[in-house]
Amino acid sequence: MGVRDRTAEVGRRLGTPITHPAVQRAGTAPLRARRSYRRGDLITAALCLAPALLVIGLFVVYPLVATGLLSLTSWDGISPDRPFVGLDNYGKLIADPAFRNSMVVTVLYGLGVSALSVITGVGAAALLNSAFRGRAVYRTAFFLPVVTSSIAAAAVWRYLFDVSGPVNSALQRVGLGETNWLGDPHLALVSLTLLTVWKQLGLNTVLYLTAMQALPAQVYEAAALDGAGPWQRMRHITLPLLAPMTFFVVVQALVVTFQSFDLVYQLTAGGPMGGTEVVGFLVYRTAFVTGQFGYGATIAYAGFALVFALTWIQWRLGGKDQT
Amino acid sequence: MSRPYAAARALGRHLLLLGLSVLIVAPFAWMITTSLKSFDKVHQPPYLVPEQFEWSNYPQALAAAPFAGYYLNSVVMAAGIVAGHLLLDTLAAYALARLRFPGRNAIFLGLVATMLVPTFLTVLPAFDLVIRFGWFNSYTALIVPRLADVFGIVVIRGYLLSLPMELDEAARIDGANRMQILFRILLPLSKPALVSVAVFSFLFAWNDFLWPLLVTSDDQYRTIQLGLAAFTSKYGPYPHYLMAGTVIAAVPAIAIFMYLQRSLVRGLAATAVKE
Repeated sequence: MGVRDRTAEVGRRLGTPITHPAVQRAGTAPLRARRSYRRGDLITAALCLAPALLVIGLFVVYPLVATGLLSLTSWDGISPDRPFVGLDNYGKLIADPAFRNSMVVTVLYGLGVSALSVITGVGAAALLNSAFRGRAVYRTAFFLPVVTSSIAAAAVWRYLFDVSGPVNSALQRVGLGETNWLGDPHLALVSLTLLTVWKQLGLNTVLYLTAMQALPAQVYEAAALDGAGPWQRMRHITLPLLAPMTFFVVVQALVVTFQSFDLVYQLTAGGPMGGTEVVGFLVYRTAFVTGQFGYGATIAYAGFALVFALTWIQWRLGGKDQT
Repeated sequence: MSRPYAAARALGRHLLLLGLSVLIVAPFAWMITTSLKSFDKVHQPPYLVPEQFEWSNYPQALAAAPFAGYYLNSVVMAAGIVAGHLLLDTLAAYALARLRFPGRNAIFLGLVATMLVPTFLTVLPAFDLVIRFGWFNSYTALIVPRLADVFGIVVIRGYLLSLPMELDEAARIDGANRMQILFRILLPLSKPALVSVAVFSFLFAWNDFLWPLLVTSDDQYRTIQLGLAAFTSKYGPYPHYLMAGTVIAAVPAIAIFMYLQRSLVRGLAATAVKE
């Protein structure tokens, strides 16, 4: 689009004839100036984009491809030669109980976090979705865990849910027995799930709140006229209209759980007995603790592909009765 | 709707919100009060408010590990990353929002696609690069690989697109070159976007754990989160020191959030909606 066209478009967008002398002059600029401006655009764009593209290309795009190549080697991460082993690592993977365990853990964790994120996010947002005093205070309280580092948050939870920690001693005082929250593989995964949901709640609440505030008021007025109560309005209007945001929240929760590392590292270090060893933690342990860089890359690639496929299937199955 | 009914609903709402808030804030309350209890009081029975405030836990926790050094490293890393994002993201966003060149949309979509790439699909070769470049145990390793990020580009680009194109046109006719247009005209108008990118970049850098864990091994370059993780495994049996250390590590991010939360939450919601 030439400058003249653009000026015309600016005029159209503003809905008024353009009177600014500078813009008028632009409309009659000679053709040569226009061409050199375009070439200048290209050079400037290249210079502006180069630094960011270099960093992202070198540390995100190249590694993404390189991980695939690494997964075909038995490299230990240190020695100069990287023995090519073809698909051996992938064969090893199928028989590897640690990998199978981490898949199960990751999927359970992902499903738990996404389901609870949707429920708590919608619930908290529904409670906050009207103007009343103290609303900002609640919102701040909900958001605190989001901005707290995972390491600090998990440090506090590890202390609270310790066998002899405050949670258990409070439970004992009301007559409930001792629960080994972090010492039992299943309960540890439950604790990790709750910690993750707690940490993400503020974010999900704000996301749902934004979506709720964009809902059309007329629909609610019409429903109220037809005698629909608050619960019915929630069930039949709000929830269906929030489906796109729910999709976003679920995807977000799955991304968070797949990448989860800091919380796991600090809360349980993948234990006990692999009970919380999500795939990201297994990649870390394989590559950096046991020194199997090539095999770690295999776990990353295959693990991601599997989790992605499983969640996609789950989404397709779950999506049908939701919408 | 009758008045008593509305009042009951408002009361119910507040009770539910209050209960939820207590659940959410409780760990913070325990963190702070435990950090002020004496050692013989940290275990049983559970109680929230200490009978006596042991402020000395803080100097003792600070002395037990090189927290000052960890802090400094986190500040250096966060400053480098925030500065990098503000400059590199802004330049890239300017090109993608304001300049015309072939492949512009393809580049933008490609960048957005990289946001979906999980860390674990890139971290092994990225670590390998750091070793090969000889960056292991250096600020370079902590900062350079994260100098640019797509989130910032998306936010700033979105904001620049909302500014009228006439600004550039008029400035250009008045003799400004492209960098003058960007730095003198567009950026002063983009302050909300720049502030939210700066805050998010700071939060990201301050709370970051995995990458610093991989590329440093020396306390001279380790950040506060690494320091806290090491501290917790060392002082596990001493919850009062542990929680004092945790407060020390968590406070800057929470303070910045409290100070800037309005613009932050709004910026975040706006970006999520656009996506």
